[in-house]
Amino acid sequence: MNFDIALLLIQDGLTNGAIYALLALAILLVFAVSRVLYVPQGEFVAFGALTLATLQQAKVPGTAYLVAGIGAVAMIVELVAALRERRRQGLASSALLYVVIPTALLGLAVWLAPQKPPLLVQVLLTLALVVPLGPMTYRLAVQPIANASVLVLLFVAVAVHYALMGLGLVFFGAEGWRTPSFVSAQVALGPMTASAQSLLVIAASAILIVALWQFFGRTLWGKALRATAMNRTGARLVGIPTEASGRLAFTLAALFGAFSGVLIAPFTTIYYDSGFLVALKGFVGAVIGGMTSYPLAALGAVLVGLLESFASFYASAFKEVIVFSLLIPVLLWRSLVSRHVEEEHDE
Amino acid sequence: MKHVTRLAASAALAAGLALSAQAAAEVKIGVIASTTGPGASLGIPYRNVYTNLPPQIAGQPAKFVILDDGSDPSTTVKNARKLVDEEKVDILLGPTFTPGCLAVSDVAVEAKIAMICLAPVVVPPAKMPWVYSIPQSVPVMIAGVVEHMKANGGKTIGYIGFADGWGDLVLKALEATAGPAGIKIVASERYNRPDTSVNAQVLKLIAAKPDAILVGGSGTPATTPHIALKERGFAGTIYHTHGVIGADFIRIGGKSVEGTIAPTGPLMVAEQLPDSNPIKKVALDFFAKLSPAYPQVRNAFSGYSYDAFLLVQGAVTAVGTKAKPGTPAYRQALRDALEATKEVVGTHAVYNMSASDHNGVDQRARVLVRVEGGQWKLLK
Repeated sequence: MNFDIALLLIQDGLTNGAIYALLALAILLVFAVSRVLYVPQGEFVAFGALTLATLQQAKVPGTAYLVAGIGAVAMIVELVAALRERRRQGLASSALLYVVIPTALLGLAVWLAPQKPPLLVQVLLTLALVVPLGPMTYRLAVQPIANASVLVLLFVAVAVHYALMGLGLVFFGAEGWRTPSFVSAQVALGPMTASAQSLLVIAASAILIVALWQFFGRTLWGKALRATAMNRTGARLVGIPTEASGRLAFTLAALFGAFSGVLIAPFTTIYYDSGFLVALKGFVGAVIGGMTSYPLAALGAVLVGLLESFASFYASAFKEVIVFSLLIPVLLWRSLVSRHVEEEHDE
Repeated sequence: MKHVTRLAASAALAAGLALSAQAAAEVKIGVIASTTGPGASLGIPYRNVYTNLPPQIAGQPAKFVILDDGSDPSTTVKNARKLVDEEKVDILLGPTFTPGCLAVSDVAVEAKIAMICLAPVVVPPAKMPWVYSIPQSVPVMIAGVVEHMKANGGKTIGYIGFADGWGDLVLKALEATAGPAGIKIVASERYNRPDTSVNAQVLKLIAAKPDAILVGGSGTPATTPHIALKERGFAGTIYHTHGVIGADFIRIGGKSVEGTIAPTGPLMVAEQLPDSNPIKKVALDFFAKLSPAYPQVRNAFSGYSYDAFLLVQGAVTAVGTKAKPGTPAYRQALRDALEATKEVVGTHAVYNMSASDHNGVDQRARVLVRVEGGQWKLLK
């Protein structure tokens, strides 16, 4: 191996690591706020990539119908719950979230898609179509059992993963898609040339991560999320609605997932089931962060990206083995240094 | 009076029917296809040939008894027993996936009934004399790549394939055929179907400076290393396996897969074959015969189904009236006749079976194709 190759491997590792970092943060956020190990995170990556790819062919993406469909189901569940509790309050906002917005999005997609809008509009439309699936997933799968044990929530997450993957197959088909690069230039950076696309990915991830940090530190909602993450009961006592926090966490996770999908789509062919493995590597990053620390999780994810890149070079047949085996020493080290915290302490 | 004539006529008809039935008893052909489950996208085109063929074989009435195994080897075995014990079929066609073929092989040997696997499977004919498998083996296909490379003066080849059984099979075939041809494998790399980046493997491949590279992938995921190789400026020939033939490979690969060379069965480019190739006529005939009822007939899997039918037809003709369908003697005779298959022209190959070869295909079962202007073109 020479210096050039090492630089290229680092560039490749950082690019993938940036995407894993986004996913690691999303998984961590959802876990902290709702205690759900978010297995379906990868589906949002695939949905984001495939929605953008479909829009680029001037077709209406399946997600437009999916959002309208799942929204309708969520509305029915909401109506039944309201009827049972004999309340009217909250129904208007539910109708807005689950029916009005998805229908408007469907209309927008049907109207915009055949016109081949500029790339930025396509990306925004993709995010708008995929992100509502996050809160809807929360409403349908998690909210009714929000107080169940971590294990039950994990099983439900796995079920949601399979359900979304199946829907992905129905709405996008079995074949993969790849989008053209956003920017095709090569940039000279000192001794190496980097593809502008890679730099774009790293920059976009960094911006999103900084935005999340600012959101946590400076906004009321961000602080509410942090409070819920630290102590759910305490947060509820001081008037933070835990359901709204959960919904917000799932929305942010969907945003991060869809955005990762958009970023990753020009690098590789994405299939309806591609997201899982990508998100799993984000999960390894989150575990390195001990499922508590955001900066450590992001760093861990970047480390996973670098390790993957170098492992691919030295022993490509064992790449995944090397990446996932990293979990064992990390978990050992974690269990030795961290003091044991009772998991279900607030119940 | 009128009544009497009618009665006489129907009596004569009945007698005639009974006579013809005696002359040619119905040949029962058992088919096991995976039309549901993960293997369904292959199983359905395999099956559709049999649902659209007339119920007749070599002038004798025939019946296709078709069962679905849901892509599950244990169901395959159950189906095979049902076909043998209850339906009393004379021969088994299928299953349509390799694990199923392996599972049913034992049943075929035990029940003494010939089976023609429609998926590639390697079983020693000495141990399993009742088992046949017709799809071209991987070495037959890869040998075409090696031959082409040698003819063009290539000395070194790099390999990148899936990190799974398919990648292994292709690499083994390459190792077996490249050495004798004087071609050295200078790099061997692996990747996974959903990998987001194969840049590291590609860098290593390019650093080894091979004359050509073989990609051991299938479908659209095979484009991932191809595109990366082109992006990094690899100028040599990039070969693929027969697992990529199809429009989707070109749809995803676009400009960068232009010039790709891959082996495939002659069926896929039937119109482009020279008239001197006997397979051309059979393949076009097959399309013409089935396309009215089954418009998507143009695929490799349906071709294998039809070839199996042609082989059985040859065997039924050879057996003639020597034994009666539905008897063990007939099953034995069919097996022996299959083993004696000589120069039967199919849509994929010209089949020649023997006691030591139950695959029966040779280099005529493979052509090389190249991507030219976004189309697969026969390489002459």
